[in-house]
Amino acid sequence: MTQIDYTKEPLLHVEGLKQYFKISRTYTTKAVDGISFDIWEGETYGLVGESGSGKSTTGRALIRLYNPTDGKIIFNGHNISGRLTKEDEQYLRQNMQMIFQDPMACLNPRKKVYDIIAQGLQIHKLYSSKEELDEKVYGILDKVGLSKEHATRYPQQFSGGQRQRIGIARALIMNPKLVIADEAISALDVSIQAQVVNLMRDLQDELGITYMFIAHDLSMVKYISDRIGVMHLGHIVETGTTDEIFENPIHPYTRSLLSAIPRPNPIVEKARVAMTYDKVKEGVDYTQGWIHKVTNTHSVLATQEEFDKWSEDAKHFKC
Amino acid sequence: MAYKRSKEDRVLSVRDLNISFETTNGKVNAIRGVRMDLFKGETIAIVGESGSGKSVTVKTIMGILASNGKIESGKIDYTFTNEKGEKETVDMTKLSQKEIRYRFNGKHIAMVFQDPMTSLDPTMTIGKQITEGMLLHENITREEAKTRALHLLEEVGIENPEKRFKQYPHQLSGGMRQRVVIAIALACNPDILICDEPTTALDVTIQAKILEVIKKLQQEHNISVIYITHDLGVVAKVADYVDVMYAGRIIEKGNINEVFYDPRHPYTWGLLASMPDTDTDSTRLFAIPGTPPNLLEEIVGDAFAPRNPYALAIDYKAEPPMFNVGGQHRVASWLCDPRAPKVELPEQLRDRLAKMKAEAEKLEAAGEGVQ
Repeated sequence: MTQIDYTKEPLLHVEGLKQYFKISRTYTTKAVDGISFDIWEGETYGLVGESGSGKSTTGRALIRLYNPTDGKIIFNGHNISGRLTKEDEQYLRQNMQMIFQDPMACLNPRKKVYDIIAQGLQIHKLYSSKEELDEKVYGILDKVGLSKEHATRYPQQFSGGQRQRIGIARALIMNPKLVIADEAISALDVSIQAQVVNLMRDLQDELGITYMFIAHDLSMVKYISDRIGVMHLGHIVETGTTDEIFENPIHPYTRSLLSAIPRPNPIVEKARVAMTYDKVKEGVDYTQGWIHKVTNTHSVLATQEEFDKWSEDAKHFKC
Repeated sequence: MAYKRSKEDRVLSVRDLNISFETTNGKVNAIRGVRMDLFKGETIAIVGESGSGKSVTVKTIMGILASNGKIESGKIDYTFTNEKGEKETVDMTKLSQKEIRYRFNGKHIAMVFQDPMTSLDPTMTIGKQITEGMLLHENITREEAKTRALHLLEEVGIENPEKRFKQYPHQLSGGMRQRVVIAIALACNPDILICDEPTTALDVTIQAKILEVIKKLQQEHNISVIYITHDLGVVAKVADYVDVMYAGRIIEKGNINEVFYDPRHPYTWGLLASMPDTDTDSTRLFAIPGTPPNLLEEIVGDAFAPRNPYALAIDYKAEPPMFNVGGQHRVASWLCDPRAPKVELPEQLRDRLAKMKAEAEKLEAAGEGVQ
């Protein structure tokens, strides 16, 4: 793996991002409630949490599929929060791409694979001749493990794993700096998941792409990520390097997530009982807490009292 | 855990089942000679990727095969205690869908589907959906049915059952809904519970709780459970016995410890190795190359051969029979033939298996120490 320079300016800097959805006059869903994190160039940042924790909303707010309620997003020196200037919007659209969860639903069934993949280049007029466009499309198809013949087919003629490859090709042809992969592998079969993850990793090594990997499958996140953020109910409750999160989880929610991963070891697995975490029962209020640094890279959202208690508990934790 | 299966306790026996589907593109041979057994009180898991035929197998047992599906041959013998209290065995393949639905579904064989969002009726209250089956199959009053439904809701871990009884599915979270689906399935005290990917649509934390609920209820009611899943972690947690399916055939079967600690089929190796391990830092995930075969075409030899790095010449010519490799362990791979060359496990998997065994032994030793 390539070495990541953490002393540099982060590629993506998010500060106090909020995304509210107004449901009715009196009720507003706070899907993302003031989260801050950084992603450095060349790394993979994993965002995990249960459904409804706001992890997908975060991804969609970053790429501006939503208009964030509040917060600052700096993407490689460009401010992409608030009202976008034409120049910033163009920069964002060209340099940040997304891979969606469901490869069956995210490809236009009426377009050929060639047109799906070439669309980004065509919109931004990033080619000078038809030959160059052809070359680029066939080149990227080859990179993701498909062949030139596939270009003239329609999405429904492919299997799930192949469609996800098309989704990846579509994102990568723009030569993006940051790719947001929103549950990119959870709709695939186990044997195909490994293929796609390996492909994403190889492409990262080759092209130096930065990934934000949104998922609920912690074992896969561990495998692919350099750093992990754990989200719960719109807050990032713990963030750290992959080792820190897995070796020394402080927040009880992180621990409950880790203990819930079923492991393919029958004798051990049958004897194990998963930990439970109930925010209400424990009386934890995320809005009361602030960020405590455990190490330079590892931090937890907690009040002082909670932090002391959890750090003590964490010493006895073995997942 | 070694347990004995005795013939008297057999509730379900599937023999040489062949099922095909008539599609616009031609005939799909979805199930090709499946043989499996289910005994009283045990849990079996059917593992395989999508299209391997695991859902089709259980749908046939339930009598809810799609209308273009056809049972070509084979039989499914189901043994149960009938209304007169006698033991009776019927061949489910000989019955009409209507008959199965009227006599067995819900009452004897119940099913939990993958997606609790779609398997509940949005226009009916939870209570009505749970009591519906009871009122249909059993001669009881509404009040009795309600008392039993409330008890069931409590059993599956729903707090405040009185309130939930009157609510609609959309007022419940995904995990709660799946609990309701389980309560509905258990409403008429079935002998067999089929769980078709019961936790795939749920989060890991909720998944663990749902699996624990099913396990607890299984022990209390002494029911046999068939799990269908592609998550080997789930299988390890719940199953006593495993059937690994690939392209419509069972390619490896045995009790859970045999299959997990001593896998013999290259496909099972691939499945186990392609699961990311939370304990090791492997740099590259093992992936099974290629994609599953198209069942529209006739398969010659071993269906897994084109994806199998260990394939022998014979794999492309003849389909391997089931080899007995000791105990309850059966494997359909030519590698288990005594004439086959010895093949080493992939290094990554060998290390992992060694580690798994060590962990398990440590745990067992600790357990004995306590006793």
